[in-house]
Amino acid sequence: MSSPRPGFRHPDLPKNDLGYTRRDYEGAASTLCAGCGHDSISNAIINACFELSLEPSGIAKMSGIGCSSKTPAYFLGKSHGFNSVHGRMPSIATGANMANRDLVYIGVSGDGDTASIGMGQFVHIVRRNLNMVYIVMNNGCYGLTKGQDSATADRGSAGKKGRPNPFESIDLCELAIALGAGFVARGFSGDKEQLVPLLKAAIGHRGFALVDVISPCVTFNNTAASTKSYQWVRDHMEATATFDFIPPRKEITTQYEKGTTQSVTLHDGGVVHLHKCDESIDVTRRRCAIDALEQHREKGRLLTGILHINETLKDTHEILETTETRLNTLMEKDLCPGNRVLQDMMENYR
Amino acid sequence: MKLQGVNDFVIRFANVNGSGSASANALFAKSVFRLGVPVSPKNIFPSNIQGLPTWYEVRINEKGNLGRRGGYDVVVAMNGQTLKKDYEDLAPGGYFMYDSARQLPADFARDDITLIDMPLTQICNREFEDPKLRQLLKNIVYVGALAHLFDMEFSILTDSILSQYKKKPKLGEPNIKALELGFEYAAAHFQDTCQLKVKRSNTLTRHILMDGNTATALGALYGGATVAGWYPITPSTSVVEAFDRFTGQYRKDESGKKKVAILQAEDELTALGIALGASWNGARAFTATSGPGISLMNEFLGLAYFAEIPVVLIDVQRTGPSTGMPTRTQQSDILLCAYASHGDTRHVLLFPCDPKECFDMTADAFDLAERLQTPVIIMSDLDLGMNDHICLPPEWDDARTYDRGKVLDGNQLESLTEKWGRYLDKDGDGICYRTIPGTHPKLGSYFTRGSSHDEFAAYTEDSDTYQRIMLRLGKKWQTAKGLVPKPEIQISDAGSGYGAVFFGTSTQASREALETLRSQGIIINTMRLRGFPFQDEVREFIDRHNTVFVIEQNRDGQMRTLLINECAIRPDKLVSVTHFDGLPITAGHISASIQQILKPQTQKGGAQ
Repeated sequence: MSSPRPGFRHPDLPKNDLGYTRRDYEGAASTLCAGCGHDSISNAIINACFELSLEPSGIAKMSGIGCSSKTPAYFLGKSHGFNSVHGRMPSIATGANMANRDLVYIGVSGDGDTASIGMGQFVHIVRRNLNMVYIVMNNGCYGLTKGQDSATADRGSAGKKGRPNPFESIDLCELAIALGAGFVARGFSGDKEQLVPLLKAAIGHRGFALVDVISPCVTFNNTAASTKSYQWVRDHMEATATFDFIPPRKEITTQYEKGTTQSVTLHDGGVVHLHKCDESIDVTRRRCAIDALEQHREKGRLLTGILHINETLKDTHEILETTETRLNTLMEKDLCPGNRVLQDMMENYR
Repeated sequence: MKLQGVNDFVIRFANVNGSGSASANALFAKSVFRLGVPVSPKNIFPSNIQGLPTWYEVRINEKGNLGRRGGYDVVVAMNGQTLKKDYEDLAPGGYFMYDSARQLPADFARDDITLIDMPLTQICNREFEDPKLRQLLKNIVYVGALAHLFDMEFSILTDSILSQYKKKPKLGEPNIKALELGFEYAAAHFQDTCQLKVKRSNTLTRHILMDGNTATALGALYGGATVAGWYPITPSTSVVEAFDRFTGQYRKDESGKKKVAILQAEDELTALGIALGASWNGARAFTATSGPGISLMNEFLGLAYFAEIPVVLIDVQRTGPSTGMPTRTQQSDILLCAYASHGDTRHVLLFPCDPKECFDMTADAFDLAERLQTPVIIMSDLDLGMNDHICLPPEWDDARTYDRGKVLDGNQLESLTEKWGRYLDKDGDGICYRTIPGTHPKLGSYFTRGSSHDEFAAYTEDSDTYQRIMLRLGKKWQTAKGLVPKPEIQISDAGSGYGAVFFGTSTQASREALETLRSQGIIINTMRLRGFPFQDEVREFIDRHNTVFVIEQNRDGQMRTLLINECAIRPDKLVSVTHFDGLPITAGHISASIQQILKPQTQKGGAQ
């Protein structure tokens, strides 16, 4: 059972452009295990939304089932949330987005929820390019049922039970890029400095934005033999680039040296400046992005950061050519053609 | 002796799927309709695109009996694969039309039928250049011949062609020519051959001829649906296709953009998920499917029941179980839909019996779903959905407003004096107040979930709270009884001990069968079910009779089971009359079954 956090707040807490404090973006107290990576991601979501000055009531939280999918109760308590059924969040998010195109949709899923039971819905929401942020809290195991391997567990990786996973793993980022996603990023729950700007950029992107966050399960999958442990990820992660995210309406003050930085303007007016350490990775090109992931995988390294970005794609509403007005605000006069039209129409059936 | 009569016979067209026969056969049926004569066409088609046998059966009946009668008096035999059977099953005294390009085999030796040998191939090869057109127009030639044989007003047919090809008159010309060729050949060779006639009648006045799926789509248009998720499946596909067509015409804003979002999903799970997500977010949304889709949707139906999300679901039933016979009809999803999903669940069902009711009930379903905050399932079927039916035109009251149910807006949230709870029953009717995301900057947010929750939508494993919520859902079910349409009860004889229950597409054939029995002195009162949950009237109707026949199109008597279960009826009181071969139920089957059941009783003490 989740409980509310204490209600007092210090008057000097910093406020954002809307006059809200960070507390206005928090939710109920977490019931996950102490040290769970998921709680760090919840905090990163809170920071990102606070710092972007998003209206909490303008955000909808969507999730499936599993440890990850419980977290929407622990952030953005003033936003509506929908904890649906296992692996089906994408369809609920699609319908919700069709009804109201103006909300910010933050979906939270896990590796079981996405890469196994929800794989069918996941690949199709990518194809539809639904405008949402899809966060995978990826710990390589099923926590709520006590640590079975998931489909993102690397072959040979072993959790608490000690038996190496014999099956090939699914790389959701590589899959999403192959399916044509316009924004694909990978973060680590232990690296807030990288994760918060990744989430902000994902929110700024219009269309489907996948943020796969490696999030160690402290109880079942944080062993020396696991590739989803805090230690392993720290030792093996590499970034495509360091980057700055400049939110919309903020003046750009920094000057970057020509040639070293690539800038991408997001749909909401925000800008991402990528400072590349490796010249060979051009994340705006799909093939190059997949190559980079494969090369790092072969070397036994985990590639993080913005893995692919493409701001030229149409989202679902643009593809369907739906009206700019939110469908859930349309009334009888907008929707019902009336009896005269009906009776005229009936002549076609006589 | 030749069969004879006016406006009372059944004609069957036996064709090869994909040969262009459907439009020609429909032209014939529509022409009968335009003569003001009650007509009921049934397309009996295979789950196949080209090459397999397909039949189109048209019943013409001045008295307005439009259920399937069973048997046929005329056959247009265009399919070599089924020729023998089509020949053998023709009623004695009937008429057998065939393409005389091939001689009938020697074993076609009946002497109780009339052969009508039409040189269809020969005529078309002689008159038309285009080989493709030759093939298609054979069908039109036989329609022209039938017009002569049945003494129909020829202009009705030509007018139909002209209006069909209004925009492409060039395509209309060869069709008119083909009609004339057929008519002229029959006039020259079959004068006075046929004694079955179709004469103009004034039986039909304002009526329309429409399929149920089109009417359902219109209901969704008028009912204000703005989001549809769907997955193609026979026989429901044409619901969403028609909705797409109608919204393309009537739902464009000033800039030409659509006031609707229709998404073809990857499966039925997603189709319902899309509808639920949209409904949760304040749009009117629906999906249409058939039995196999309902099986997949069970998961989401349970969520919608427990989290109390309105949604409209159209089930165009087909023959199960499993893939079954995808292009044949049945009423066999009743129990599946009534109790869909694990745990204690119950769902509101509506049973339309004709296209007008498809329209009315679909439009009403959106009000009902939002009022009750639960799924509402329209129980259509292949016969109703895909075949054309005669009915009165649907009407729309322009003063009507949509009932959005208990939804709080920003001002209402601010004016509340007590803490709002999403699942708090303030009115004692089991229905709580909901909010739509984004309604108010600070008030009214909540967390929707399929896990156990308290009155304030917080997760709970507290037994008392869980039971309280489940019992409150039970109370809501009682409220639903007052909102779903009542049964249509007809008491012909207050003293009769016999009652009959039917619903949906069993209605027409049941009424005709009971009329037949009545003429034999067996008076049976009737109740047509229109909705589930059942009201007290349903129970009372059963209580006042000694024996109640439950007529339905499935093997196991599913509606009978539902009645026994929901109304606590003694099982031996309800007697099943079932029909489940995949074809629409016939009046003859119903009357014969009831006669059979009554036989031992009448021998004992006579019919009441």
